[in-house]
Parts: sequence; C-alpha cells; structure tokens
Amino acid sequence: MLRQLTIGFLCCTPVLAGETSPPTDLINLVHQDCGSCHGLTLKGGLGPDIRPQSLSHYDVETLSTVVLDGIPETAMPPWRPLMSEADAKRVAEYLLQGELK
Amino acid sequence: MKGLKGVFLAIAISGAAISGVVQAETIVATGDLGLVVERASGSLLLVDQSERAVISRIEGLGDLSHASLVYSPDQRYAYVFGRDGGLTKVDITEKKIVNRVVQSGNAIGGAISDDGRLVAVSNYEPGGVRIFDADTLDPVADIPTGSKTIGLVDAPGRKFVFTLWDEGETWIADLSSGEPKVTKITDIGTNPYDALITGDGRLYITGLFGEDGLTAIDLWDPEPKPIRVLPEYGRGQKDLPVYKMPHLEGWARAGQEFVLPAVGHHQVLWIDADNLSETGRTDTYGQPVFAMSRPDGRQVWVNFAHPLNDTIQVIDTVSKDIVHEFKPGKAVLHMEFTPRGHEVWVSVRDAGKVMIYDTRTFEKRGEIDAESPSGIFFTSRAHRTGL
Repeated sequence: MLRQLTIGFLCCTPVLAGETSPPTDLINLVHQDCGSCHGLTLKGGLGPDIRPQSLSHYDVETLSTVVLDGIPETAMPPWRPLMSEADAKRVAEYLLQGELK
Repeated sequence: MKGLKGVFLAIAISGAAISGVVQAETIVATGDLGLVVERASGSLLLVDQSERAVISRIEGLGDLSHASLVYSPDQRYAYVFGRDGGLTKVDITEKKIVNRVVQSGNAIGGAISDDGRLVAVSNYEPGGVRIFDADTLDPVADIPTGSKTIGLVDAPGRKFVFTLWDEGETWIADLSSGEPKVTKITDIGTNPYDALITGDGRLYITGLFGEDGLTAIDLWDPEPKPIRVLPEYGRGQKDLPVYKMPHLEGWARAGQEFVLPAVGHHQVLWIDADNLSETGRTDTYGQPVFAMSRPDGRQVWVNFAHPLNDTIQVIDTVSKDIVHEFKPGKAVLHMEFTPRGHEVWVSVRDAGKVMIYDTRTFEKRGEIDAESPSGIFFTSRAHRTGL
C-alpha cells in the first residue's frame, strides 16, 4: 500500500495549481478509465450514463467535486489521489459540454 | 494451423488425380486459432497461436468496449457480446460475420450452453438475461431481473447461472425442458460485481464490491445456499479507491487452492478448494484485475488497475511468491494462455500490440499489431465450462 501511495504522490506533484494536462490525455482518461464503469461511449455500464444530457443537473463545480471525492457508499471512487483539481474541473467541463476546448 | 498447407497440397494432388470430380471443400482447422477484440474500432483480429500471427481482421461488430465472446463446440463460430447489446455470430473459417442482432441497449457478457444450442446474454439495460438459438440467433427465452445482471456463466445440464448487482441474488435458469425454470438464491451479499464457475461446474463464486469477502454456491447441492468465503479479508485495512472492478473469469486453481483478486487491496487471496477457508495472501504491485492461472496451475499471472496497469507479476503457486515482474507497456488489459500453457498472449492497449511470452523463460517470443486490443480468446475455450 505504501508503494501505491508513493506513486500516486509522485504522479500528482508535478501538476501545479492551475496547470492542466493536455486535452487529448484528459479525453483519453475519460473514455478509457471512467469508461471501465461508465462505458467507452459513456452511455453507462455498472456506473450510470454520464453523457451531457444525463448530467445537465450538475454544474462544473459540483461535478468536479464528485470526480475528486467520489460518491460514498457507491462504486464511484475518489480521483483526487490521481488527478489535480484543475484537471478535475476540465474533466467536468468535458463531461457537461461533450467537448474540450 | 501448421497442417493447413499440407491439406491444400493433398487436395491439389487428389484434385489433379481425379479431375472432373466435385472439388473437395477446403478444410480449415481452428484448434490453435483465436480472436482478439479491438475495442475502439469494433473489430476482431483472427490470430494463429502456432504462427504467432494475424490471419485476418473482421470488422463491423459495433461497440466492443468490455466485449467478450464464446465459441461453438466445433470451434467454428464465435458469439461476440458487445457493450451496445449487439450479439454477433462470426464464422472463423469464413472470416466473416454471419449473423448479428442488437438484443438490448447495454450488455455485459454472455455464455453458451453445455450442448452448444443456446447462447445467453447478460444485460445492464434493461436488466436481465436473454437466450437465443445458437444456430439462428432467434430469441428463445427472456428472463427480466429488474437489476443489472452480472456473472453469467453456463452450468452443466443446460443451465445458466447469473447474479443481480442491485438485489444481491443469484438465479439459476434451467433450460433442459424448454421453458426456463428459475431458482432464486437470496442473500448473496452487497453489490456482487462478477462471478465464476469452477471447471467441474460445481462451485459458483461471486465477488462482492459492497462488502468484504465472496459468496460461494454449491451447485451439486439440491437446495443451493450462499456460503460466505473470507468475510473478513479486508478487516483492519483501509480499502483503497477501486478504479477498475476485478474480473473473476480467469480464476486460478493450483492443486487444492483457488487464487482470486482482492477488491480495494493490493493482494491476491488463496482459498482452500475443499473447505473454502483462507490459506494465504500474496501482496501485489497494485489492485489485481485478472489473476489468470497457467493451464497447469503452476503459475498465476496478475495484471493491475489504472494507474498501475503497465505491469504484470507472475506468482509461483507452490511458494505463493512473486517470481517475475515486468512492464509490457501502458494499459495491459488481458492475458490468454495457449491451451497447454507454454506461451501467453498479452494485450497492451496503448502500445497497440499483443505481446507473446514464453511462460517458463519469460522471453518475448513475438508481437502483433492491434488497434486498442482488449480481450484475447483462444478457441480452446470452446471445451471448458464457464468460458
């Protein structure tokens, strides 16, 4: 477990506040890794549909908090150990708008 | 498919000798072939284990993220279960799709009955299991569950067994007399995420996401009941976030033990196959996704969840120690052994490669190009219960 935490820490430290990963990396992460539960096309799997029309009741702030902290008592994990706050905000924007500028 | 050239030659010679006689059909042996799922492009690669090569690409299968497939008993047809609810029948001797139906909005896997006559598909939306004629893909039965349905396997006696994620129930559907007779077993546990059946068709073991431990059912029991397995395996340890659900399909049995991935912990768990008590744990590099047994049971190969999914560890099942660790590349998604275990094929999604390794020397023996490869399925699965 120590090794996991160390690696997580190392991955996260280079990401300074306000600095974000390239859009292609974030989009890839959403489809490949969020997609393990929500489906490659995000229309749902073990986790719910997370296409823009299904998330319209969220704003960017709330949704990025869900990404960072997960939803307790469900299978949605907190991504904070792997993702900066700035990246989580970009992911939320992508999920709500369906594109990343 | 080493013998193929020989077969062609024999046909050519006999054709020349008896000209005017009806041309013999080309014989294509499929026993050492397999299919690799290309998840993003909706295609399959038909591969040859002996040649370590691609024979053909088969396209047009829809959304293949998390796709799996099963084979007909004659190893000619593959039934491919796509995430978009597509059920596609592929003829690997003709290298083409021969039938396709979209049977639901969102599917998660399937199974073929022991007699090869029925194909069952497990669905998330609408939740349940649908059963089709393996020949025509015509619907035979529909078993709605009102829940996301996981862990669908075939069991001896023309049965299918599956489990409900929301309700924590396991259902046994008996199709031996036409209409399905369903037996429901309640109290399986909170949020079962996947299940396996042992190769003898006796034990159905369900992994639980919502609580520690697993639940076993003895299918030889006339009134099967849930049996708790390792209910306290995570006790006293904090669960780690789970970024990818493990799979139980590749369960390993080594002598008298099973090896299974732990959920939320960097461990595999060892269980006595007779009394289902814990016999050990091995600490691993990350959270295991697959713990796959080499067919002889001497080694278990383990891959890991994001972000540690670039690594494979090999565990010796006698010592329970890790004897080899290496990094094939980013996003190792699946491993498949040749039927007698001399080589293993590994899909490395982000490298766009399937790598082939010798399982004794760990040397790389070859690689093939593939677009975002995920599941690898060799035709030898046709003759194994639960695969």
